[in-house]
Amino acid sequence: MTDTTAPHRRLPNRLDSPFKATVLSWESLLVLVAIAIFILNSLASPYFLNEWSLSDMTFNFTEKALIALAMALLIISGEIDLSVAAIIALASTLMGWALQFGADTPALVAIGIGTGILCGAFNGFLVTGLKLPSIVVTIGTMSLFRGISFIILGDQSFKGYPASFSWFGQGYVYWVISFELVLFLVCAAIYFVLLQRTNFGRRVYAIGNNDVAAEFSGVRVARTKFILFCLTGLMSGMAAVLLTARLGSTRPSIAEGWELEAITMVVLGGVSILGGAGSIVGVVLAALIMGLVTFGLGLLNVPGIVMSIFIGALLIMVIALPILFRMWRQRSTVRSA
Amino acid sequence: MKALTKHREIWLGLAILLLLVIVTARFPRFAQPQNLLTIFNDTSILMMLALGQMVVILTRSIDLSMAANLALTGMIVAMTNAAFPGVPIPLLMAMCVVIGAGLGAFNGVLVWKLSIPPIVVTLGTLTIYRGLVFVISNGAWVNAAQMSPDFINLQRMVFLGLPLLSWFAIVVALLFWLMMTRTPLGRSFYAIGVNPTAAVYTGINVGRTKFMAFTIAGAMAGLCGYLWVSRYVIASTEVASGYELTIIAACVIGGVSIAGGIGTVAGVLLGAIFLGVINNALPVINISPFWQMAISGSAILLAVVLNARGEQRKGRIILKKAEAV
Repeated sequence: MTDTTAPHRRLPNRLDSPFKATVLSWESLLVLVAIAIFILNSLASPYFLNEWSLSDMTFNFTEKALIALAMALLIISGEIDLSVAAIIALASTLMGWALQFGADTPALVAIGIGTGILCGAFNGFLVTGLKLPSIVVTIGTMSLFRGISFIILGDQSFKGYPASFSWFGQGYVYWVISFELVLFLVCAAIYFVLLQRTNFGRRVYAIGNNDVAAEFSGVRVARTKFILFCLTGLMSGMAAVLLTARLGSTRPSIAEGWELEAITMVVLGGVSILGGAGSIVGVVLAALIMGLVTFGLGLLNVPGIVMSIFIGALLIMVIALPILFRMWRQRSTVRSA
Repeated sequence: MKALTKHREIWLGLAILLLLVIVTARFPRFAQPQNLLTIFNDTSILMMLALGQMVVILTRSIDLSMAANLALTGMIVAMTNAAFPGVPIPLLMAMCVVIGAGLGAFNGVLVWKLSIPPIVVTLGTLTIYRGLVFVISNGAWVNAAQMSPDFINLQRMVFLGLPLLSWFAIVVALLFWLMMTRTPLGRSFYAIGVNPTAAVYTGINVGRTKFMAFTIAGAMAGLCGYLWVSRYVIASTEVASGYELTIIAACVIGGVSIAGGIGTVAGVLLGAIFLGVINNALPVINISPFWQMAISGSAILLAVVLNARGEQRKGRIILKKAEAV
């Protein structure tokens, strides 16, 4: 991991990466896993195959997945942001604070998203401007951002958001299709185009594979990374708006632990934690899988903390199994030769 | 290089002294020896955990699962004590170290044999270990009434004016110092952090060394599992939740480079004490404990800026030598 934090000393040898060979078929594997879990869920609970259940299921992942989209680009570029959940807390707290002074819905949304962008820019400045390792910087800003929430709120909470604001987290665009889901799908499409169909996306891959070579080929590495941190902040701000609107209240402990879930989605989606490889389709599928797993287990009355065992095991197994498989195949070819 | 790191520890020591002086200027009783010993005792667990984490970070890895490991081992030992109060405490402690080392070794095997990046492995085991605490306890707490008096009082026994908890930290720190400066294993932690390729050529098994680092960190987390549970006299699923980042913070403040290869036992101890002094000073100077998080966040950022400066200077020196040749 720490290799990704020493940008100017590293020339990664892609041949050693256990990810490259697996990433080719990664999305198809994820589709199979998603279908298997979908079938298991419908067999396990009679309440699962119902349009409203499925609609509720999407709320399990849309907010985290929004962050995971931007986080995927950041991780592909070889950086990481552990402060995303803390940005949600700070953005939500500032929205609640503004509410006390009578801010209306557009102002609340602007404050939430603006806070996100500013926090992301702060991370980006520390990492690219001062050339600091992102993992430590964002551990620091994680405490700082959430710490400011605690200073403002203490053990209190902000409540009383207007109904027009709550719509962002609770409203439906059409039938069972929620606003959150539509927003997520639109963002996923934008990020797909951005990463896989634009020059910017190519540069992100180039930086992740070899940022020194990228710099020499004329890619503005620092500026690109700065933009990626701002994008991650922006998505965290959006997630803060949705989550605050859905819950209708703000506490400083809001969204605790989400940074790890967002990163789990990204890694499960086939993005190499070492940078340089991964796709948005994989991340979207991974988000869907995590939503299906947690919702299915929820229908079976499995407590949230036990679900986290499944998520953790899923994360390790999905990465370990292809490696084990390849090792087993190599061994058998050696034996037969 | 060596002078630089020594420099750094002196600066950190001075920063702690300055902090003490400022607080004492307003509240003279803060610097009384008894209070300072209390701060040391309060920080003992963090010191031991941070030393374990240091070894892992030196090898260019990171262990996010230490706090979860601590909670799981703590719960196992507390439940064992509640069910069989007759089991002697030293045996329980040995059990803790073994369980913790086992959980750490699991991380290590995944990193060593499957070469999965450490951050992914420990992110996964963090949630698994934390979830297992809930599974084995069914979400219930083990409280003071269920623990035997010996279990609670052992670390509070005073020996030569210090509680045993402080002595544990002192002994562990000495062992770490011996390991890092006097054994091939300690040297190889630094070697693979500074340059893993060169380490391979000198005959160091990089994977196995990382495995050892994770096992050592796990053993520390296990030992602290018992100490934490008996200190706060409660074992629950939420024990030490989020503490993994405090442990890393102590390392970073203590001058451990997240890029591996740089870090000393003395620095890490000072890093932990720095956080300990802040935590103890805040209530004294009447700042709400809610400030604590933001202050330690700022301390981490400040420390990492200073760390980076030290490392950049090192790079420049090498370049100058290269130019001279």
